[in-house]
Amino acid sequence: MAKVVKLKSGLNLCLAGAAAPKVEKTVVSDTVAIVPDNYHGVVPKVVVKPGDKVQVGTSVMYDKNHPEVQFVSPVSGEVVAVERGERRKVMKIVIKSDGKSDAVVFDKASSAVEVKELLLRAGMWAYIKQRPYDVIADPTVEPRDIFITAFDNAPLAPAYAYEMLNGDDAKALAEGLAALKLLTQGKVYVGVAAGSNLNVPAGVEVVAFKGNFPACNAGVQAHNIAPVNKGETIWTLNALDVVVMGRLLLNGRVDMMRTVAVTGSEVATPAYVRALPGTPMADLLAGNIIAGDYARRVISGNVLTGTNVSLDGYLGAYHSQVTVIPEGNDTHEFLGWALPGCKALTTSRTFLSRWIPTRNSKPDARLHGGERAIIMSEEYDRVFPMDILPEYLVKAVIAFDIDRMEQLGIYEVAPEDFAACEFVDTSKLPLQQIVRDGLDALRKEMN
Amino acid sequence: MKALRKFLDKIKPNFEPGGKFAPLQSVFEGFESFLFVPATTSKSGVHIHDKIDSKRTMTVVIIALLPALLFGMYNVGYQHYLAIGELAATSFWMVFLYGFLAVLPKIVVAYVVGLGIEFIAAQLRHHEIQEGFLVSGMLIPMIVPIDTPLWMIAVATAFAVIFAKEVFGGTGMNIFNVALVTRAFLFFAYPSKMSGDNVFVRTGDTFGIGGGTVVDSFSGATPLGQVATNVGDTLTLNNVVGQPLTTLDYFIGLIPGSIGETSTLAILIGAVILLLTGIASWRIILSVFAGGLLTAWVCTFVNPEVYAAALLSPIDQVCLGGFAFAAVFMATDPVTAARTKTGKYIYGFLIGAMAIIIRVFNTGYPEGAMLAVLFMNAFAPLIDHYVVEANIKRRLKRAKNA
Repeated sequence: MAKVVKLKSGLNLCLAGAAAPKVEKTVVSDTVAIVPDNYHGVVPKVVVKPGDKVQVGTSVMYDKNHPEVQFVSPVSGEVVAVERGERRKVMKIVIKSDGKSDAVVFDKASSAVEVKELLLRAGMWAYIKQRPYDVIADPTVEPRDIFITAFDNAPLAPAYAYEMLNGDDAKALAEGLAALKLLTQGKVYVGVAAGSNLNVPAGVEVVAFKGNFPACNAGVQAHNIAPVNKGETIWTLNALDVVVMGRLLLNGRVDMMRTVAVTGSEVATPAYVRALPGTPMADLLAGNIIAGDYARRVISGNVLTGTNVSLDGYLGAYHSQVTVIPEGNDTHEFLGWALPGCKALTTSRTFLSRWIPTRNSKPDARLHGGERAIIMSEEYDRVFPMDILPEYLVKAVIAFDIDRMEQLGIYEVAPEDFAACEFVDTSKLPLQQIVRDGLDALRKEMN
Repeated sequence: MKALRKFLDKIKPNFEPGGKFAPLQSVFEGFESFLFVPATTSKSGVHIHDKIDSKRTMTVVIIALLPALLFGMYNVGYQHYLAIGELAATSFWMVFLYGFLAVLPKIVVAYVVGLGIEFIAAQLRHHEIQEGFLVSGMLIPMIVPIDTPLWMIAVATAFAVIFAKEVFGGTGMNIFNVALVTRAFLFFAYPSKMSGDNVFVRTGDTFGIGGGTVVDSFSGATPLGQVATNVGDTLTLNNVVGQPLTTLDYFIGLIPGSIGETSTLAILIGAVILLLTGIASWRIILSVFAGGLLTAWVCTFVNPEVYAAALLSPIDQVCLGGFAFAAVFMATDPVTAARTKTGKYIYGFLIGAMAIIIRVFNTGYPEGAMLAVLFMNAFAPLIDHYVVEANIKRRLKRAKNA
């Protein structure tokens, strides 16, 4: 039986719009887009131009800092546009699909060197994140350990996609895990939700976690298994991405198809669909948004860590979930701070909804207050299951005091670990952005 | 409400930069966000936010203060009519009205002065008006003697808001509790008006109500004032007309003292509100009382002829003076208190201990609770420093062992 780690701090929100656990359809789209902003910290160098023909697995760009890290097309077809924004920043590479799924055939890999080479060339390296800095792993550094999370307990999380890990995706997952095992001298850990079991190849260690969000974050799991110290590097991955790697290793072809939960209170029929990363939101959500003439927020990912992409955006490279909630920018609540709050989505006992629990809240994107200095203490600690003092770390990051950040554990955290803190924060500070900026500045300073 | 919203939207451009009333932008936004929760949506990070905001937090504290405030108003009237010997002949509502009218000007002065300065500071900084002073402005009238002149409250409030808060950066940045700085300023600037036997019971009339002369046996000394001047190894505390008081009296609070501080019962009702809503830290409240009770118990062994407070039981000690008020409303101010879990236990315990030590061993100072909190405000960052260092050491040790 696997080791069980209990995490007391965490956030459990019950929102309306959970997807029913079965796959409705496969969303086939004319175009897909590769959005370099999905890959944080990468300086993209585009290697295709409009009119070029590509296959599934053809490289379309690479990272200027690590040219071996390639990013590939999820479809076969023709590049129709490379859109650039201010200062020629690459916004997206749009590929028109020919619907044939012609794939590049890669050689099989068996040794550690071959596996690494294959993952880099076939665009799979993007799935490997590293701590420190929470960016795509530096291929020249061997990780101490590898941590893979195999569950998600964020609001409306795509639970069914994770169930597939024991079903259709089991073989690919095992293949992926075995390959990752080759890439480290250390251990490969898989974090699962307590009570679920997962079949993993020999040599891979399963650790069960009992606790609310962010217990599903690989970084949180790593901290509670074997934390990162200064000078060490670990890799973190999501099991759903390991499946994509596994398919490549099994078949020699890239197959990025994901099981995506379409969720949120604004979705007419929340359900699971199969879709490729880069699929336009308009296609994913076609005819499935509740009618009404008010603004919605279309999020690739979940409401805590996802990206606001709007309806003309695309499914993110790492996301297995789409959430649509009301924007709420035209809601002016009269004396809202004084109301009893029978339906308020909150963790505060100053609202009635904490005394008479309500389920299926339909929150919108409002902050519900103005930004303030950090006033309340211990707020972050309640939802931060690490032996780190989040408030002090955040203050060190704001002051950009490098010594202090190191001492307080900056190398162990990622912005997503602060998502729950940001939700509960009375002072409405953009904590994930603060931590992200801090990590980026630190990375620049250190390299 | 739609009409009001429309009206606000219509006049809003006047307050924006370039508008007619641009210098009043912060004030306008302050009132707008008071009436309507801002519809600002998140730009980065999480897409949904907890409904709690600092306005709500502060409102809950004010609600928690109300029992003590209302009781304090009644008690002001009660002490007055007791002093002039007309208590039995005066109705409950008359007694309350007298106290209400006596206390109201103090609340108004504290808010007008404090909020006025906050509005100006917010506009100078181009900040939103922050709600921290809503609580401070309520605390200030509650911790002064009833006969404090209004101009003194005005001066002290101005001093505290400017020098204890705005110069540090405003709400959330101050090192010392603003209300306590007001109290300390009054205490040290106008000692004759802030202590002694003649300020805690209002003997004159209020707006023409409750005129009369005090009875012959009248003494305005507070129980702790009587302790400070006690001679010998026995102690009997009396009310303003010389009748003996019991522990139950101290607990209920119909005794002379600062306006909001006398009733341990009313303060505990406030404490229950704060703890049920999770606004105040139970760690601090618990440890202040623990520190106070333990120290008071130890102090019962000292020589009562030198230190008369040794004759008070630990329960009496925490019911008298400003101890309970300080424990529930002052020590728990999150901005000036220790911020780490372990730090809170130490911070609270030392406040409790220090308050009693000042009371017992410094006979020149009848009450030490407020000073103890101010003192520990200064030490809170140091306490937290050691807690944070311990966390850092754990991390370093882990790295070495690895």
